[in-house]
Amino acid sequence: MKRIFALALAFLMIVCCFTACSGGAKANDEKVIRIGVFEPASGDSGAGGKKETLGVQYANSQVPTVDINGETYKVELVYADNGSDQAKAPAAAAELVGKNVAIVLGSYGSGVSIAASETFKNAGVAALGITCTNPNVTAGNDHYFRICFLDPFQGTVLANFATDKFGAKKAYCLGELGNEYDQGLISFFTEAFEAAGGKVIADSFPTNNSDFTSYINKAKSEGCDVFFCPVSIAYSTQIIAQAAAQKVDFPILGSDTLDDNMVLAAAKGTDVKLYVSTFYAEGGNAEFDAGIKEYINANADAKTTNGGDDTISAVTAMGYDAYFVALEAIKAAGSTSPEAIKAALPSVTYKGVSGDIAFDEIGDAKRDTAYIKTADTAAGAWAFETMQKAK
Amino acid sequence: MLNEKKGISRGAIITLMIVLVVCILTIVLENTINPNSLLFTVIRKAAVYSLVAVTMNLLNGFTGLFSLGQAGFMLLGAYTYAILTIPTDVRDSIYYLFGGAGFHFSTVSFFEGIIGDSGVAGFISMILGVLIAMLVGGIVAAIVAYLIGLPVLRLKSDYLAIATLGFAEILRAIFQWDKLGKVTNGANALRGYPTFADFNIKNAQGITVLRLSSFIPILFAGICILIIILLINSSYGRAFKAIRDDEVAAEAMGINLAKHKMMSFIISSFFAGVGGALFAMFASTVQAKTFTSAMTYEIFLIVVIGGIGSISGSCIASFLYIACSEWWLRFLDNTQYINGNQLPLFKNGFRMVVFSVVIMIIVLFFRTGMMGDKELSDLFNKKRRKKVKADE
Amino acid sequence: MEFAVSQILSGISLGGQYALIAIGYTMVYGILRLINFAHGDVFMIAGVLMVYMSASMPLYISIPAMIIFTVLLGFLIERAAYKPLRSAPRMSVMISAIGVSYLLQNLALYITGGQPKTYPRIPWISKTITIFGARTHVVTVVTPFLVIALVLILTLLIDKTKIGIAMRAVSKDFETSQLMGVKINTVISVTFIIGSFLAAVGSVLYFTNYPTVVPMSGAMPGLKAFVAAVFGGIGSIPGAVIGAFIIGICETLIKGTDYAIFSDAFTFALLIIILVVKPTGIFGEKTTDKV
Repeated sequence: MKRIFALALAFLMIVCCFTACSGGAKANDEKVIRIGVFEPASGDSGAGGKKETLGVQYANSQVPTVDINGETYKVELVYADNGSDQAKAPAAAAELVGKNVAIVLGSYGSGVSIAASETFKNAGVAALGITCTNPNVTAGNDHYFRICFLDPFQGTVLANFATDKFGAKKAYCLGELGNEYDQGLISFFTEAFEAAGGKVIADSFPTNNSDFTSYINKAKSEGCDVFFCPVSIAYSTQIIAQAAAQKVDFPILGSDTLDDNMVLAAAKGTDVKLYVSTFYAEGGNAEFDAGIKEYINANADAKTTNGGDDTISAVTAMGYDAYFVALEAIKAAGSTSPEAIKAALPSVTYKGVSGDIAFDEIGDAKRDTAYIKTADTAAGAWAFETMQKAK
Repeated sequence: MLNEKKGISRGAIITLMIVLVVCILTIVLENTINPNSLLFTVIRKAAVYSLVAVTMNLLNGFTGLFSLGQAGFMLLGAYTYAILTIPTDVRDSIYYLFGGAGFHFSTVSFFEGIIGDSGVAGFISMILGVLIAMLVGGIVAAIVAYLIGLPVLRLKSDYLAIATLGFAEILRAIFQWDKLGKVTNGANALRGYPTFADFNIKNAQGITVLRLSSFIPILFAGICILIIILLINSSYGRAFKAIRDDEVAAEAMGINLAKHKMMSFIISSFFAGVGGALFAMFASTVQAKTFTSAMTYEIFLIVVIGGIGSISGSCIASFLYIACSEWWLRFLDNTQYINGNQLPLFKNGFRMVVFSVVIMIIVLFFRTGMMGDKELSDLFNKKRRKKVKADE
Repeated sequence: MEFAVSQILSGISLGGQYALIAIGYTMVYGILRLINFAHGDVFMIAGVLMVYMSASMPLYISIPAMIIFTVLLGFLIERAAYKPLRSAPRMSVMISAIGVSYLLQNLALYITGGQPKTYPRIPWISKTITIFGARTHVVTVVTPFLVIALVLILTLLIDKTKIGIAMRAVSKDFETSQLMGVKINTVISVTFIIGSFLAAVGSVLYFTNYPTVVPMSGAMPGLKAFVAAVFGGIGSIPGAVIGAFIIGICETLIKGTDYAIFSDAFTFALLIIILVVKPTGIFGEKTTDKV
């Protein structure tokens, strides 16, 4: 019995080796430049990471080559799953670096980006954050850049929106315990909201919690005007479904993570008032909208990744932009060497579907507005609400 | 058994030689081939994990205490290390959410103040600061272990497991508490402290001349493991084994159960704390949410694969385990083609499924793990022992 | 008032769902002396199965089918992962349980592709009603009654039927009952079948209240249910149920206070206290160590 198993295992290993080899052996007649996609495909942020990757893939399908000094290079995307886990991030980053990527895109989720930062730094590879909004990603290092706005900005924008639109005086904030994204946003929101004369009650729930009724009830009994929950997708669907069951009358505010069709599906058919701040709203660029919808509908895998429909997530649009920013940097560098690209990146400017992108001295994109979207719960679609600036 | 009394056996010498060869090979390879290769990340992580696996083995395999609290003690070590070594000048930017750090003391900056912060002096003060912080990390873990051990060590097997698991979860919640943010940085990651990469020796121009970033974890982990081996081979170690084999009999032989159990628990936790500090150096950020019970399970599976009660088994298994999960099996996650045909099944997540099936096969059909309760040195001694038997 | 009622209601409902999982733990532990770490994940798989099956089948087929498949899964896990280790040390079996739990989670991750799945809405029990001004699902009110009914049936089964007597015999003394002609394997299989059945029923109730299924959905409820089983005295079915209700209610009440972040920590602290003070739990039988 044991021997049979050992044989079967050995056989499996051999098969695996062969498949690995067949994957590795490729025609070597064309010039290739590799772009690393450092995104979670599993774990808490798996769903978001995949949608971001989708944008990069779509961009790659549109423009699969780049011209460097008159020579055409094929752009090859190299993926590494960081598993939404800080402990796995360095190895995933090392895998990309080991495959000699010229530049890295990602990641969705700031924690993994921070954890991998050191690896990219030591390898001298530039990393371009797509939607990692924590200030610590780029602060104090010259190799990490990002094309999105930051948490202090986003927290302030949402606090301003809460006071402007609803005249809110009391806010309830709920985040995951130990999640730097949630807690960071909540503290920036609190700062701005209290500066405007409001009062904040903040709570945290433990990881893998699924009972949010108590928190919703608490917000209700405290008489809060808004409910702010910048949490990951799986938690936000729970919160919305349970808030709907409790028939809450306060609006729910969310951050960019809630801009997802899973969340929309949870809100559909209920009377929850949901507002999210995000990087891009459908309708911002008709050409991009049509193109990506066609791409998603034509490709069954892409559709599954996108949650089974063709609603465009903002992170997808950001992934799309990030790819082209990377290409611009490669063109500006005029070289495939990671060092040259890193040197060229700060001065790159690009007009993307999500707005104009230019970097400041820290390496963050200069952005002064965020889109606010609201869920049209009857139609099950996002509706553009306003463009909000931070005060 | 025969060899133990004759001082160092041949097997032990061979084992030491192997370790030495691995060390030299690591140094040579890191300075010749691409230093960013995944191989080195695997080596670093595996070195750290082998230390933690050995500490877990000390409890589970040698003392028979079924404890699942290792992630919690690692958390303590990692946090202590990070809090003590973050240089004073970057502290406030890391604790930005809490309006700056709660206290401004850094062992590294402290030694830099005494010895100097540039060139060789800077390097030495960094090493001193790191060593002290690691030690303190271990001591903190040991003290907490003592406090936890007082009530829970009275519990039997699986109750003990679940109680230690619970303690690790409680510790995690405490470290994530924003009221303690001035010290622990709440949900935010601690970073900016010395990591393995800082051990690369640079010349005056700042160009790396000798890469040691993969050798250092092996060295640190190796020293700790050596101490544990010495302990196991001492009279205390024999007492531990007696407790594992039969508590009642051990007690009847005059072994103080409570004292020895506590000792094993504290020592194991001390080294788990040091392992946590090493893990912090590997990961370059410390965040409480990394140290989940899933991490403990992972380490426990390494111990099982290596063989419960085998130190060298734990070390070998951690290298294999990390290499498989982080490196060799990664291709399973990507779509594969044979002759242009897409193979079914290969998509994201497949790697972990295959991996867990392999683990189940090992658990079910190779129950003793790779080494059983034997050590590498026993394997080399085998021939000789047979000869001895023949002579008799 | 409304707040308090609402908190207690959701506590009772949570407690009821923990109770259904806890019974599975306590029965398996009573007979095999095994903490079946995979039990929480069986519960999660039941949720995933339901998500996929309800997409293609009407509810009156998919619910029974889901229950059957879950029971089958529980049965297979026992046969494949625990039975070969019958004579092995207890630690080996527990390792196997951790391995199965790991496998099920990774399998769910592979199947769902890491996307959180929305649990289908089951008419009637997912309707919302108002009790003393507090809104809740019908399922909240149904759960405690269903739990009590199931416990009564189980108690009858264990007290009166032949297989129940065999179960009690096995949990008293494994080897002797074997010598007396009790078919150990059948008894253990039946235990796993009952446990998985209750986990499947529990998953319907749980996910109707908290309608998102992710691969880690089972981990926390599983651990809490285990704590409940220990709290009530492991091996005792009424004990597990009472323990589960206490833990569910305490947890929700703590979430309403300023120390909400310690709601999980509280559960574990409770476990440690009960283990140290009264290791046999509230209703547990005294066991003596045999040399």
